[in-house]
Amino acid sequence: MTQPSNAPQPDSAALTDIFRRMLRIERNDDAILSTIRKGRLQMPYYSARGQEVIPATISHFLTDEDQICTIYRGIQDMVAKDMPLKPLWAEIAGRIDGTCKGKGGPMHLTHPPTGVMVTTGVVGSSMPIANGLAWAAKLDGSRRVVIAYFGDGASNIGAFHESLNLASLWKLPVIFVCPNNGFAEHTRFENGTSVDQISKRAIGYGMPGFTVDGNDPWEMYAQVSTAIARARDGEGPTLLECTTFRFLGHVLGDDNKYMAEGELAAAKEKDPLPLFRQRLLDEGHVDEATLAAMQAKIEAEVAEARDFGLASELPSVDEIRRDVFAQEMMA
Amino acid sequence: MSTTTTRAATNNTGTSKMNSLQAVNAALHQAMAADDKVLVLGEDIADPEGGGVTGATAGLSTKFGGERVRSTPISEQAIIGAAIGAALAGYKPVAEIMLMNFTTVAMDMIFNHAAKLRFMSGGQTSVPITIRTLTGAGWQTAGQHADHLEGWYAHAAGIKVVAPSNPVDYKGLLLSCIDDPDPCIFIESAGSLFVPAEVPDDQGPIPLGKARIVQEGSDLTIVTWSSQTVRAQMALPAMAEAGLSVELIDLRTISPWDRETVLASVRKTGRLLVAHEAVRDFGPGAEIAATVSEELFGVLKAPVRRLGAPKCPVPFAKVLEDAYIVQPDQMVAAAQTLMG
Repeated sequence: MTQPSNAPQPDSAALTDIFRRMLRIERNDDAILSTIRKGRLQMPYYSARGQEVIPATISHFLTDEDQICTIYRGIQDMVAKDMPLKPLWAEIAGRIDGTCKGKGGPMHLTHPPTGVMVTTGVVGSSMPIANGLAWAAKLDGSRRVVIAYFGDGASNIGAFHESLNLASLWKLPVIFVCPNNGFAEHTRFENGTSVDQISKRAIGYGMPGFTVDGNDPWEMYAQVSTAIARARDGEGPTLLECTTFRFLGHVLGDDNKYMAEGELAAAKEKDPLPLFRQRLLDEGHVDEATLAAMQAKIEAEVAEARDFGLASELPSVDEIRRDVFAQEMMA
Repeated sequence: MSTTTTRAATNNTGTSKMNSLQAVNAALHQAMAADDKVLVLGEDIADPEGGGVTGATAGLSTKFGGERVRSTPISEQAIIGAAIGAALAGYKPVAEIMLMNFTTVAMDMIFNHAAKLRFMSGGQTSVPITIRTLTGAGWQTAGQHADHLEGWYAHAAGIKVVAPSNPVDYKGLLLSCIDDPDPCIFIESAGSLFVPAEVPDDQGPIPLGKARIVQEGSDLTIVTWSSQTVRAQMALPAMAEAGLSVELIDLRTISPWDRETVLASVRKTGRLLVAHEAVRDFGPGAEIAATVSEELFGVLKAPVRRLGAPKCPVPFAKVLEDAYIVQPDQMVAAAQTLMG
């Protein structure tokens, strides 16, 4: 489906806020990469460099009350949602000050105060749980919405189909957001998915589905605002497929051999971050000094968070017995 | 299978005679009335769809409304996922997965998510869901409708496994599961569903992790649960006739299991037989046998024995199904062997 003609347009403040969230994702990603490469952090890392527009635009519309369920390539989604970076860094470093006391790590981050409810390492598993959170939002009589992030490969998992069916049937305030970066791990999208657009699958579940240029903040803004309003007004779920590209492969260390010659370089030519920055300046939405100050502030925040995380203590070995159940394990 | 649950018969002694399905129904009514955070969901469970295939949820949607009591599509992952999400947001969902074999369809949700989210979040979130499910050989439903999979779930950290044998325990243990801050799988079993008992009208929660001593004895301890408790009780007269003083323990909760009660009993009797309907190899009986052997090696008067199903799918033909289930006479024979 194409976007509605009366789609809302972002003003300068909205665009600047979306850019701020993108920059926060990118600066944080850069710091994680350099810290890993210096040997100061050991973790499986699934960078989302190149995909920043998607969570940044969605999070612009969310409050702390709104919730997300995300996946192993999900740090971008948390950072976009303004999750504090200090406990994030402590968690990815496996330290006691981490959001999860070092027990979850980068693939299982949780931070309920900012609505980060579940991060799953299992492809496709964010969606059934997001439905339950959305069901609770409805039972509570609230206007909360829930975002279920998932990759394009996950649309081939049974849980995707069960979740869309149930969400539509129960008119749940959930938005299924797929940053489609063209690859399910190392398999090209067209070799693993029977339709050319994931959004077409929405038709089978009686819900609106849109394929959006996930690197275009204006297009994203229009579709996301419509989907959010629909969810908050009790009209039910939306499936948003947001096309994009991941610059660092599936997992850090990936040699990208499954990509076509020149494909990555061509994608990087269209890196949404510098392009958006330039357009913001060209169209006069923001000035260079404001952006420079924004960048300095974010870099200081990231550096402080990194130092905090790496300086945090390791968890005590006793922690292995805690949080298995509400009551500590006996043996 | 399709069975209609009728209202339990009430008398004037403060108890009501009911079977285990009626006890489940009574527990759900009680829990939903006491706490508006309790939700019920599953296939066919609301009244327009018949109140569940066994009738265990009959009356709930009429009484508590279609928002709190929801029939679902046949989508096990969606059912457990919805329960998990609602639980993360402060509700106490009771999800019915019609048969235990079908819980395998939702294994990712149960094992990777429900059971692990508290730990992986460092205690920030909890998943107080109850999964009610039915299983058990004896109804000729064959390979994909009757497996006892408590061993699978007992092996997983973070989920409690409950398998009652009689109406009082069905009610009391289900109330505890619903109130428990962690995920529980509540296993209803064919062989124990229709044995009626007097259940106190004010029957409250029965603590999880506590076994019930069905009968005290001094020669031999038999540990069992679920339908096999019913069959063990059938074996008791023959054992008494053979001069055996048997201490029969109904474990009630498989994980965490009541080590103290079992160890105290075997310390007294010196002999242990574990009998379960699940496949014997790698079954929960192996865990109990190993624990007793490690803790009480010097006390045991005979090697611990285990009885369980052969390592084959549940068969259809009645003669094979009967051979699959550990029968009372096998327990009698095993008990006599233990006495030497």
